[in-house]
Amino acid sequence: MSFRRSIAGLPLIMAGLLALPLSTQAGDPPQVAKGKGDACVEPTDVMRRDHMDFLMHQRDDTMRQGIRTKKYSLNECLECHVQPDESGEVARIDSPDHFCSTCHTYAAVKVDCFECHSDLPKSMNKAAYKHKLTGDDMHHAGIQHEDISKGMLDAIVAGGESK
Amino acid sequence: MTMQNTDQSRRKFLGTSAAAVAGVTIAPGVLLHTPAQARPVDQPATSAQRWGILIDTNQCDAGCNDCVTACQSENGWGSNETKSSPEQQAEWIRKVELKDPNTGYKQSLPVMCQHCETPPCVDVCPTGASMKRADGIVLVDKHICIGCRYCMMACPYKARSFIHETLTDQKTVAPRGKGTVESCTMCVHRVDDGGTPACVEACPGKNGKAMVFGDLNDPNSEISQRLKQYGGKQIRADLGLNPGVRYQGI
Repeated sequence: MSFRRSIAGLPLIMAGLLALPLSTQAGDPPQVAKGKGDACVEPTDVMRRDHMDFLMHQRDDTMRQGIRTKKYSLNECLECHVQPDESGEVARIDSPDHFCSTCHTYAAVKVDCFECHSDLPKSMNKAAYKHKLTGDDMHHAGIQHEDISKGMLDAIVAGGESK
Repeated sequence: MTMQNTDQSRRKFLGTSAAAVAGVTIAPGVLLHTPAQARPVDQPATSAQRWGILIDTNQCDAGCNDCVTACQSENGWGSNETKSSPEQQAEWIRKVELKDPNTGYKQSLPVMCQHCETPPCVDVCPTGASMKRADGIVLVDKHICIGCRYCMMACPYKARSFIHETLTDQKTVAPRGKGTVESCTMCVHRVDDGGTPACVEACPGKNGKAMVFGDLNDPNSEISQRLKQYGGKQIRADLGLNPGVRYQGI
């Protein structure tokens, strides 16, 4: 009797176990920022699955051969998908609202592109960075090689004190 | 010296054949030379070009630092490494002043990556990150750079820097990051777009520009014409590296 009752309860337990991971997944996947244009360069399911391969391929072509087509360019992704919100603020990569980090946070996949690359579109990048140093501010501008003869140019360049 | 002569003759041969292709006959005996045009974006860089910079030290003003500041604002180095010591901070281009103690004669000149034809930095790189593009521009592929800094030790010009700290707000055109080596890229993003490097563009010179950028393989380019007429020196020519950056007046 007790065995029969436990058998009868098994499907319920199993159903509960199956439902557990589903219920912890918080329902729908995150909504990524919409692009400026009408459509992405590939259908959404292709981009979801293969965007890293497109970017990797493009990265080598651009870096090693100077091929700068726009279709799979990281900069073009940002140009289209990273847009200011109503208040004019742009989400940076450390915010879950940034186009890339929305999904990458959800999927717990680290994206290291932006350790070197700018996370802003090129059109916003110019204004975001402040510069125009004067000569006095720079650590290497004031270096003089007063006592070194012209003939020792090679030594200066090869082993100078400027760095 | 022999090596240099060999290179010159090879260049002339390449230049002649390139000119034959580049020239467009618009009438008998009249050739219209097409100006240097941007390569189509889907085409790779080829060895038809070899990019170079000629620096005339007679035109270079000791008090002027415009090439350095232009490089900094173009490529975003020089102000965003706040934790690194001055010795550690990146330096893609620097001004060097020379003085002859016998005569007191002073010269000033910018020194950056010399974009060697046979770059020692490429020889020593264990991963292939340090590389020379087909058109002679020497670059670091930071995607595969492991930050070992062998290239920094191999470079006789002290042209390369290592990034010691996490950076933010890099330029779109010049990705830079912690743990990788970097150096002058000859503004490869501008060159690919048919432009000239930022330093060359910014150079005011004393009476005309001290820097000329162009194709060393094209005998009709300004840089080749100047080199043909006035000659140019390589720094550490004894190493036989055949750099793409040449100097006049030293």
